[in-house]
Amino acid sequence: MNNSKSLKEGEEMGKNKAPKNKERRRFLIQMAQNVAIATVGGLVWSAFVDEAKAAPLLLRPPGAKKEKDFISLCIKCGLCVEACPYDTLMLAKPGDNKPIGTPYFIPRDIPCYMCDDIPCVPPCPTGALDIDSVSEVKEGKRVFDITQMRMGVAIVDIKDCIAYWGIQCDACYRACPLLDKAIFMEYRQNERTGKHAKLLPVVDPDYCTGCGLCEHACVTEIAAIKVLPRDVALGKVGSHYVKGWQKSDERRLKGSKGIQTTVTPRSKKSAVESLNEGIDFE
Amino acid sequence: MFLYIAANVWGWKILEGNLSSSKVVDTIPLSDPYAVLQIFAAGSIVGANALIGAFIVTLFYMLIGGRAFCSWVCPVNMVTDLANFIRRKGGFDKVEKKWWASRNIRYWAMGLSFIISFLLGTAAFEIVSPVSMTHRGLVFGMGFGWAAILTIFLFDLFVLKNGWCGHICPLGGFYSLVGRFSLFRVKHNQPNCTLCMKCKEVCPEKEVLFMIGKKSLSVNMGECTLCGRCVEVCDDDALNFSIREFVKKERKK
Repeated sequence: MNNSKSLKEGEEMGKNKAPKNKERRRFLIQMAQNVAIATVGGLVWSAFVDEAKAAPLLLRPPGAKKEKDFISLCIKCGLCVEACPYDTLMLAKPGDNKPIGTPYFIPRDIPCYMCDDIPCVPPCPTGALDIDSVSEVKEGKRVFDITQMRMGVAIVDIKDCIAYWGIQCDACYRACPLLDKAIFMEYRQNERTGKHAKLLPVVDPDYCTGCGLCEHACVTEIAAIKVLPRDVALGKVGSHYVKGWQKSDERRLKGSKGIQTTVTPRSKKSAVESLNEGIDFE
Repeated sequence: MFLYIAANVWGWKILEGNLSSSKVVDTIPLSDPYAVLQIFAAGSIVGANALIGAFIVTLFYMLIGGRAFCSWVCPVNMVTDLANFIRRKGGFDKVEKKWWASRNIRYWAMGLSFIISFLLGTAAFEIVSPVSMTHRGLVFGMGFGWAAILTIFLFDLFVLKNGWCGHICPLGGFYSLVGRFSLFRVKHNQPNCTLCMKCKEVCPEKEVLFMIGKKSLSVNMGECTLCGRCVEVCDDDALNFSIREFVKKERKK
């Protein structure tokens, strides 16, 4: 009797609990469903965003931070584009295969004319264009230095540059606003004629701002001098090599840990030590 | 809109930029606070102008009414309104197969956008946002942006009523949260209501009108876009714009 009573009670209690449990189950499963849908949607969205970020060959406005930071900061407002008096800058449109809405320019079409007051950088609201990289505050006023900008670097294609054929072109040299600094002429004897010099344009990456006036001026069908993003075109020496004849070059080695070599029984002792082995020094 | 386009085409300095970030009369910055938040999530600290701009915009919408952006500023709204108009004229509601979608999708989308921004280091929603694409496209050049507009138009027309604005757009979700405690509100005067339900027909966010015919309350839910259609459509003067605090004080009296 007791058993059946408690059984019945148990059943009733079970029934009362069941709705609660069912509710809980429903909630949990629905929550899990939402999370799953969110995750799937989120993954697809992320894939798209990740692809959309890639544009290694894009030239950014002056003062732009490194591409990774730039992509993070650019709010795609277009104020820099509107500020440019030469219509150099453009915003990437959907379908351009560039990070959407971000500013860029194509030097072959309209190069950067290196305005002294750099009107494109101050309007940037988020600091994607870093005003401090192209100016400094002297006596309370902001002084712009347009030569500090590093939008890219010009690279000469020596096979397609007619100056390397012997034609004394120098169009890019004369177009360069930092003439003799960013592009200078190297003279080489024209061996074919024996009587002339070749005027070969050479770019110094330390001064080249990447404005693209050279690319715009180049006379060949496809420009033989092109502006490429710095991290694509330039190399880095690293800390293995140093100019021993220049004390200031040692600054480059600061902070490097030195080279770790594998120690073998033979190399345990330094070269000088093994050379001096067996010699009786007085 | 005209001022924005004029800034790009003729260099007028009255209103420059676009809805992501602008400058008014070359001095006052305005920025999309949702975009700024995404940039924070992406791990970058924005410059002063963007911060001030975002602050001003947030303050404005907190006071006036968060989703007023949706009904008065957003360019995509015009597209979805057109779709809705055709729906009404065509009597779609009575014939089509109804898909149910939760109105909370946009909040999930908002949360997702912050997570993705954090993981990928860039403002995730701004990359795909049709709002940004449309406005930027009108000012700077469309490119394939028209495809995004067409997608939303077709979606709202044939798939889900008030689909984009009412269910999916996380910017709308964001402004709903911003406008939770705003001052301007639509107030319902229940004694005047004849239960014609015309207001519910035109409202893009019907759930905010739960009190119609039942109680004299102001529409307090953040989702109300303050578009004013219900006020316009009501023949019985049962719906009007009013100021929230005001209403409270009256009751206390």
